[in-house]
Amino acid sequence: MEKSITIHINNKPYTVDSGQTIMQAADKLGFHIPRLCYHPKLSIEGACRVCIVEVEGMKNYVASCSFPVNDGMKIHTNTTELRRARRDIVELILDNHPLDCHTCDRNGTCELQRLSYSMGIKARHFEGERKHYDEDLSSRAVVRNPNKCILCGRCVRICSEVQNVHNLSQAHRGFRTVVMPAYNMPFSESVCTACGQCINVCPTAAFVEKSYTQELFEQLNDPNLIKVVQFAPSVRAAIGEAFGLEPGHNMEGQLVAALRKLGFDYVFDTQFSADLTIMEEASEFLERIQNKGVLPMITSCSSAWMKCMEQFYPDLIDNVSTCKSPMSMNGAMIKSYFTEKIQVDPKKILSVAVMCCTAKKYEADRPELMFDDLRGVDIVVTTREAAWMIKSAGIDFLKIQPEKVDAPLGLSSGAGAIFGATGGVMEAAIRTAYELYTGETLVDIELGGIRGLKGIKEASLEMDGREIRVAVAHGLGNACNLLDLVRKDPGRYHFIEIMGCPGGCVGGGGQPYAGANSIPLDEEALQKRAKALYDLDRGKTIRRSHENPDIQKLYREFLQRPLSPTSHKYLHTHYQAKLPRGIIPDKAIF
Amino acid sequence: MSEITQEKLDQIKTYINRIKQQPYPGSYLIAVLHRVQGMFGYVPREIMDVVAEEMNIPTAHIWGVATFYHYFNLKPIGKHVVSVCMGTACYVKGADDVLQALKRELGVKVGQTTEDRLFTLQEARCLGACGIAPVIMIDDKIYGELTAKSVVELIHRYRKAAGEKTA
Repeated sequence: MEKSITIHINNKPYTVDSGQTIMQAADKLGFHIPRLCYHPKLSIEGACRVCIVEVEGMKNYVASCSFPVNDGMKIHTNTTELRRARRDIVELILDNHPLDCHTCDRNGTCELQRLSYSMGIKARHFEGERKHYDEDLSSRAVVRNPNKCILCGRCVRICSEVQNVHNLSQAHRGFRTVVMPAYNMPFSESVCTACGQCINVCPTAAFVEKSYTQELFEQLNDPNLIKVVQFAPSVRAAIGEAFGLEPGHNMEGQLVAALRKLGFDYVFDTQFSADLTIMEEASEFLERIQNKGVLPMITSCSSAWMKCMEQFYPDLIDNVSTCKSPMSMNGAMIKSYFTEKIQVDPKKILSVAVMCCTAKKYEADRPELMFDDLRGVDIVVTTREAAWMIKSAGIDFLKIQPEKVDAPLGLSSGAGAIFGATGGVMEAAIRTAYELYTGETLVDIELGGIRGLKGIKEASLEMDGREIRVAVAHGLGNACNLLDLVRKDPGRYHFIEIMGCPGGCVGGGGQPYAGANSIPLDEEALQKRAKALYDLDRGKTIRRSHENPDIQKLYREFLQRPLSPTSHKYLHTHYQAKLPRGIIPDKAIF
Repeated sequence: MSEITQEKLDQIKTYINRIKQQPYPGSYLIAVLHRVQGMFGYVPREIMDVVAEEMNIPTAHIWGVATFYHYFNLKPIGKHVVSVCMGTACYVKGADDVLQALKRELGVKVGQTTEDRLFTLQEARCLGACGIAPVIMIDDKIYGELTAKSVVELIHRYRKAAGEKTA
């Protein structure tokens, strides 16, 4: 039972609820105690000791992240002695950290750098031995650099507690401790799903995406190439943050203009191919319903989820939709339909995707997604990389005149926009499936039940007297819990949406780093990004994928109809079980 | 000893199945790894994979535990483990000379195993036999008052014994 108690912070009394930690109470009172290993979504590690405070009567300083408040407690957060102790702790962390801020990927976005500044550290007093390890560059998506690691353990915890992938652990001990996958195997051979959440929560640059910006800058200057780019829904909802804006600004027009200024000849929108995905996926779903195919059907848009499925849930491969992701569908259309239209050899196309996602870098490389010996997408850059490129090229992103996307792979319905938020694909699919199945228009097209940040969301609707039960999960940990239900009761749902990242693509591993006054994966920020997409949907006249005139034209001119042989050639694929097999621990024994 | 056989795999699985009847089976991980090392002389990667699947514990977690404790060998060890005491008394009485002589004679560094898989060289802290320093331990036998010369002779004796057995 919570009750009101009185605590003193820095000699002033405050009434707070019991049953919380000193840090939680202090946060609400406007005292931001410095911290490093703490994250509200993760278990308490209490490892870094940066958040120490003085409690009168206690022999030692206590870690405020893990120490509960008591009635009458007298807490000091800023005494001279405490400040010195805290500064020493950060200095000791810095001692085993490279002195290369000015050449570091996280320069300006590093939590350790900010912390060191706020501690007033002006010199290094503890020059000692320093660790030296090789970077792991094996993965197409995630780079691991143990030299920058300060062993806060946030990556280990998000990978196991939120994502349930358990790819990382702290191996060895003491000075030799290193965060690594089992057997120190290369990331490319590990169970890593490339979701990039370790990057999102890392305070330093121990995890970063594999950058393709230099390669891209070079190719943008190649006069023999036709440069085509697409960008994901969630990129426009978040990229403003990299330029100092609050979360939730839709920067679509600015992004289109900036991409043209970077040198792209055609700017297409992944929202267009999200509409295309819905045409194929909704049709596939109806076919499964009508022909007693394997149900529940599970969405296949999220590349991290696809890798997770192959390693952790190979038994569910037949449940997964054969549709490629919107990115790969757009890539396939760029190098077939579009090149036919402009009468160009597809080999002359440079197909680039700006994604909120690190796993898309891995996806772009997958042989299963190739057609006519071609890759749909040649280079994937994240929202962060795109923001850096825009800055690096001297483009004034905030003052730029907004521009519109190009035809024929750019125009999108509102259904395509909401793909970026958890529940969005399901909502978009239902808008179209309902109409294809019943021949009637779904009047109430906003499905409140599957919006929002609840881990697992359920809804049911009636199509021609038939009950259709759907479920939505975001973050691989929630997906795990949902799929456990499915394994036990396969008849429970007809249609399931799974997104690999918390919040869906808006919380992707490639999104801008948290700013000085925010934390990674802050729920409020995720909700604001999602709202930008829902507002975008609401502002559009066309809100159903099948009503998108350019989608109708694409079928008329090229694909014929959903699930046609041409569609199958370019837009569908099959997945296979992969090793190493993922192990999901039984929570009861672990 | 270090060979992986179906029989040994079955033994491990039987042991794990017994553990699964206990209240907190996950807490037996170290006990399982002990048993594995007892069977193979080290904890083979292939067996960690088996333990992960059988106990339903992520491999990365098992790797974290296996690397944390110095007791666990992650590579095959030799037939004989030679531990050189580097405690204060032994060190003062010339343990370093003994160690250098062993490195030269065996052709390995500390922590490594000879190519013929006969010896693994290790350093140890005080073995509790300071009165006869400097000492080394070969398997569970203590040898004291060694010199760079006598330790080489000792190794020769072990080599000879091993040769006679295989012959």
